[in-house]
Amino acid sequence: MRFEVVVEVQLRPGIADPQGATIERALPTLGFDGVSTVKVGKCIRFDIEAPDEATARAEVDDLCTRFLTNPVIEDAQVRMTVLA
Amino acid sequence: MTRVGVVLFPGSNCEQDAIEALGDLGADARLVWHGDHSLGDVDAVVVPGGFAHGDYLRPGAIARFSPVMGAVSAFAAAGGPVVGICNGFQVLTEAGLLPGALQKNRGLKFLCTTVQVRVETSQSVLTSTTQVGATLRIPINHFEGNYTCSPETLAELRANDRIVLRYVENPNGSTDDIAGICNEARNVVGLMPHPERACHELLGSTDGRPLLRSLLDSAARQRAA
Repeated sequence: MRFEVVVEVQLRPGIADPQGATIERALPTLGFDGVSTVKVGKCIRFDIEAPDEATARAEVDDLCTRFLTNPVIEDAQVRMTVLA
Repeated sequence: MTRVGVVLFPGSNCEQDAIEALGDLGADARLVWHGDHSLGDVDAVVVPGGFAHGDYLRPGAIARFSPVMGAVSAFAAAGGPVVGICNGFQVLTEAGLLPGALQKNRGLKFLCTTVQVRVETSQSVLTSTTQVGATLRIPINHFEGNYTCSPETLAELRANDRIVLRYVENPNGSTDDIAGICNEARNVVGLMPHPERACHELLGSTDGRPLLRSLLDSAARQRAA
């Protein structure tokens, strides 16, 4: 099976996010007053081949822990959709 | 003559400064290509500053998978002195040779200036010939130098005297003003300041020399043992 994977990497709760804070401070000057808890992360997208969803999920989780995130400061949220 | 391997990744840019400064102190410093599986007959390893593999994904994230890192880990595990400077520090944390991580600077500015750091322990391969409490003027040059770790790691670093250098005035938001740390065995040190850029009067400071001299001293002792 083939899956499309979207990994959203975010700083873990409690880790300072100076980029998010800077964007949040800038918003009121542009007239956007109701925006709060801005966080900046990154989004990584790829396709993966695996015999079933559980195998794909396990591989993606491993890949996230060992490479795509630094678990000291980052968390990953994974979304998977079946392509074929 | 003490032999020092300076690891060259695609994107490293402080390797020649390190070789020059170590050579000035009497060492035989040579480049080790990141694609090599062996370090050769070196007595110490320096992972220099720069932007290894373009800092893509995260600083050090890809460098830790370079073939030479297996040899660096084995060398460190055998007690060999390893020092990671700036990007080299980031590489060593990503490789799991040192705890914690280097986050973006608190002020979101790339910092290129000379700072004062205080020697917090002389029990490390980088500070063995220095005095605790001595302040050194050494340049920093980084965007991601804000040392971050879990409260448990911080407690362990403090309890075991593993904070090697602290900033006198914290420039980047680093936890506990940390500028450099060492591993449990004290033979692997990572620091954000660049001692190799403070090794000649013409560069404005020679305060990096005692640090590099300590490294060479530690390497010579390790070889004798």
